[in-house]
Amino acid sequence: MLTTDIQNAKVVYERPEGFTDLTTHYCPGCTHGTAHRLVAETLDEMGLREHSIGVASVGCSVFSYNYFDMDFVQAAHGRAPAMATGIKRVFPDRAVFTYQGDGDLASIGMAEIMHAAGRGENITVIFINNAIYGMTGGQMAPTTLPGMKTTSSPNGRDVETQGYPLRMAEILATLDAVSYSVRRSLHDPANIRKAKKAIRTAFEAQRRGLGFSMVELLSSCPTNWGMTPLDSLAFIEQKMVPAFPLGDYKVVDAVKSMKMKEG
Amino acid sequence: MAKELLKGNNAMAEAAIRAGCEAYFGYPITPQTELLEHMAARMPELGRAFVQAESEVAAINMVYGTACTGKRVMTSSSSPGVSLMTEGLSYIAGTEVPMVLIDVMRGGPGLGNIAPAQGDYNQMVRGGGHGDYKSIVLAPASVQEAIDLTVLAFDLAEKYRAIAVVLADGSLGQMMEPAELPEMQPLRKGTPDWAITGEPGRPRRLLTSIYLQPEAEETTNIRLQRRWLDVEANEVRYQETYLDDADIALVAFGTAGRVALSAVRQARAEGIKVGLFRPISLSPFPVAQIRQLASRVRSLLVVEMNAGQMLDDVKLAAQGACPVEFYGRMGGVVPLPDEVLAEILRVSTHPTADLNGHTRAAWLDRLEAGRGGN
Ligand SMILES: Cc1ncc(C[n+]2csc(CCOP(=O)(O)OP(=O)(O)O)c2C)c(N)n1
Ligand code: SF4
Repeated sequence: MLTTDIQNAKVVYERPEGFTDLTTHYCPGCTHGTAHRLVAETLDEMGLREHSIGVASVGCSVFSYNYFDMDFVQAAHGRAPAMATGIKRVFPDRAVFTYQGDGDLASIGMAEIMHAAGRGENITVIFINNAIYGMTGGQMAPTTLPGMKTTSSPNGRDVETQGYPLRMAEILATLDAVSYSVRRSLHDPANIRKAKKAIRTAFEAQRRGLGFSMVELLSSCPTNWGMTPLDSLAFIEQKMVPAFPLGDYKVVDAVKSMKMKEG
Repeated sequence: MAKELLKGNNAMAEAAIRAGCEAYFGYPITPQTELLEHMAARMPELGRAFVQAESEVAAINMVYGTACTGKRVMTSSSSPGVSLMTEGLSYIAGTEVPMVLIDVMRGGPGLGNIAPAQGDYNQMVRGGGHGDYKSIVLAPASVQEAIDLTVLAFDLAEKYRAIAVVLADGSLGQMMEPAELPEMQPLRKGTPDWAITGEPGRPRRLLTSIYLQPEAEETTNIRLQRRWLDVEANEVRYQETYLDDADIALVAFGTAGRVALSAVRQARAEGIKVGLFRPISLSPFPVAQIRQLASRVRSLLVVEMNAGQMLDDVKLAAQGACPVEFYGRMGGVVPLPDEVLAEILRVSTHPTADLNGHTRAAWLDRLEAGRGGN
């Protein structure tokens, strides 16, 4: 019989304070939830939860504002960086962040993300790259891999007519005012830990006023990829990572020399 | 404050600053650009936010962000730029946050030209963006009025958590006139109880325009419509000139109202009993006042710098109580007082000519004949 020694039990895993009590609407095996948790934990650890303003985007994460226990607004499709600009410019001492998918950030919102980064807006962008439009049911995204089947590239993405995926971490890294632009993945615990560290660095950079920071996270969409959650994680590792290499594309010296208290 | 010689665009910008505008986001477009340039110089000097956005789409979404913080915020543009902003306007209306937009209209459709026009009446008064919402729309006819209405726009936007538009045109933006600016208002301390501020020690706040349950979205719509009834009851503004004994009433707004007034004065000098009704709030529209006017004059003559966009509202308000005639110039052509005078003379000699006819077809015939094949 299973017995539990309550007295000597130790909490090793709990809901971050930065979360509300709601259960998320994400599909089983979707790593949006993982990314949410990393952001909430980071803001908790930095003591920023009550000083943060989140900007939700349009995509599966449209309701992310329901899950984070902090002030939130909900932007139009692609416009989250512009909305965050309008907030940060009048509340420079708040931690302002956007949470955007790849259709939102790299397609309809390309101008807004490039120019927010180009201006060096002191905000943090959490960018979920799942190579597909999740919310609308699996159409091709600007990050869809060559040959990958989606509902709007039923024969696979044809690079002759539909071009190649956009690598946002690399593209943003070319801009002078960007302090931090990196890519991480959510496909296994070791990578998740690295992703968390990167998110922490990005928010630290913002806290120190170092300018625009972005963490791109390779993420799964089992539903629209038509895979089991486990196969989805393998797909990230085997197919997405080679196309979107993990790494630090820009870390300015001021960010490199930051000393962070480990949470 | 003493009167100074002020250019319309600069005057509106400075009026906004003195009304406590804490953030401005915009994109250059003629004939509005001096407004943005004035802000570019003045806002940073005062420690307030100014960003030249990458597009009008971005500008309006930056406005949306600041509007959610409850701080006074505005943008300005001209017709094609305002078309791009309509997405954001609908979101802002749906989120019920206040903002001010100054539209210095130019000739259209399309890229059109940079001459003064009034072709954005429908776009602003009838909503523009998707969904059921209304904006407060105020139309100045002088630089002084542009200043006063800009200040009022901030107050009304805040009072009704709505979009307030100052609908000017290229001529008002570019002209210089003696006018008086208001005193600098102190910036308001504190923020409204709905504002997103990231303030510790209180329950979190959300601002959104998405309500997935149709019933919840309908509840929001009901709230917007109820609030609009309040706006209609309290915020109708207009100016009446020479209407006491008038047989004919001109109805015209903004620059067209100014031209119409010159024509009315000339007609009065010739002994014609004509007056001017100038709506200042185009939205809410002075429906009851025009209904009443229609029942006591022989004819209404609507004059606009478009193809009769306000004409429809005047006809709806008049409810057939008298003939409603129309004269307009389009595409950036400003009517001359003489043209309007000729129309007054025509209407005064044929008072019921247009009761059953096709108002626009008849007007186009006269317009084309008058242009003499230009
Ligand atoms: C202006 C506009 N165009 C289209 C849509 C429809 N739409 C909603 S979500 C979405 C794609 C989102 O995909 P992504 O950003 O990759 O996020 P994901 O759902 O994959 O997390 C689209 C096209 C919209 N809401 N607004
Ligand atoms: S559709 Fe895809 S991205 Fe959206 S919640 Fe489901 S698995 Fe996640």
